[in-house]
Amino acid sequence: MSLIVRDMAIARGGVPVLQGVSFDVQPGQALVLRGPNGIGKTTLLRCVAGLQPVLSGQVNTDADRLAYVAHADGIKSVLSVAENLSFWAQIFGRSDISAALEAYQLTALADRPAGLLSAGQKRRLGLARLLVTGRQLWIMDEPTVSLDGEAVHMFASAIRMHLSGGGSALLATHIDLGLAEAHVLDLAPYRATTMAGDAFDEAFL
Amino acid sequence: MIALLIRDLRLAMRAGGGFGLGLAFFLIVVVLVPFAVGPQSSLLSTIAPGVLWLGALLACLLSLDRILALDWEDGSLDLLAVSPLPLEAVVSLKALAHWLTTGLPLVLAAPVLAVLLNMPSEGYEPLIMSLLLGTPALSVIGTFGAALTVGLKRGGLLLSLLVLPLYVPTLIFGAEAARRGMVGLEITVPMLMLGGITCGAIALLPFASAAVLRVNLR
Repeated sequence: MSLIVRDMAIARGGVPVLQGVSFDVQPGQALVLRGPNGIGKTTLLRCVAGLQPVLSGQVNTDADRLAYVAHADGIKSVLSVAENLSFWAQIFGRSDISAALEAYQLTALADRPAGLLSAGQKRRLGLARLLVTGRQLWIMDEPTVSLDGEAVHMFASAIRMHLSGGGSALLATHIDLGLAEAHVLDLAPYRATTMAGDAFDEAFL
Repeated sequence: MIALLIRDLRLAMRAGGGFGLGLAFFLIVVVLVPFAVGPQSSLLSTIAPGVLWLGALLACLLSLDRILALDWEDGSLDLLAVSPLPLEAVVSLKALAHWLTTGLPLVLAAPVLAVLLNMPSEGYEPLIMSLLLGTPALSVIGTFGAALTVGLKRGGLLLSLLVLPLYVPTLIFGAEAARRGMVGLEITVPMLMLGGITCGAIALLPFASAAVLRVNLR
């Protein structure tokens, strides 16, 4: 499955942030979005994930084949690491979580309540969730926040494995993951200039 | 789908999940009533069905803001919206989990508390029947209210203001069925109305809840 975005314009809170964005992500490819804070990286990823409508343009993707990682990891602190992960595995119709625990070195922590994990360990759990979804396109918003160097390395190798298996990834990040094969898209030139109102919000303004 | 229900039940049972809070609130409200209206047993038995229904309704209201707000805060709701589970199923399961952890215990506790209000024993069966039939509607309507207020900080009070008027028909027919049952009158009509309201709410409101949730998640 390939992700094709053509001439997309998006708004956050009724204010247009980006316009004229076009890119492709083919199977086996990774695209890294870059740009200053507030340029609209998160909004773009939410639009691609289908959580938010676009102002104009086209996003061609299959909602049944993507998985999304947001700033918040969606971890329940009173459930154990394994319970958190197997819940998401079941939601996506799968059951095996051992490979995901292994990939992010969480096996030793499997029975610990997620509330007791450090910020970096929680993030690793949030990223391990991607592996249990079995989805082809990973959409990740700042996936490396609070990860240490070693964990970033685990993450990069998880992406490499995913890409070599025909998967694809779209991520917004500020750090260099060391993924030589990833393409980079700088969003700064696409900053919106026109004030196009969102018809849905207009009724409330 | 069953995984979400099991997770919600497990979360409710564990520390900080709030299981039993509604039940304890129900108990305290009913215990306070004789202190407020005096100990005349004839008066207490007259008002017993209404007090039990109102207590159950308020106890239900107490835990509504937990249905979706906790999942919204930790980001699970966004992730569930992108998961293969349709949002209609998510809100239905959330309402079911709320009913199992709040509504059902209230139904089971009601006859015990009816003793405290000197309710005649022939009223127990209609009381349980009416609560069993009416409390699912309270959970489903409450989930709709929770979906409406999900992104708001401290939206609990607004949620109560939105939901309480929607509870009026359920309260009227539920309390009426319990009252008529207690004094030995025919209860078919209020029971049918109550059942109709519950069935209608279960059939229609998950779609409305999912629609407002989609707007709130933008």
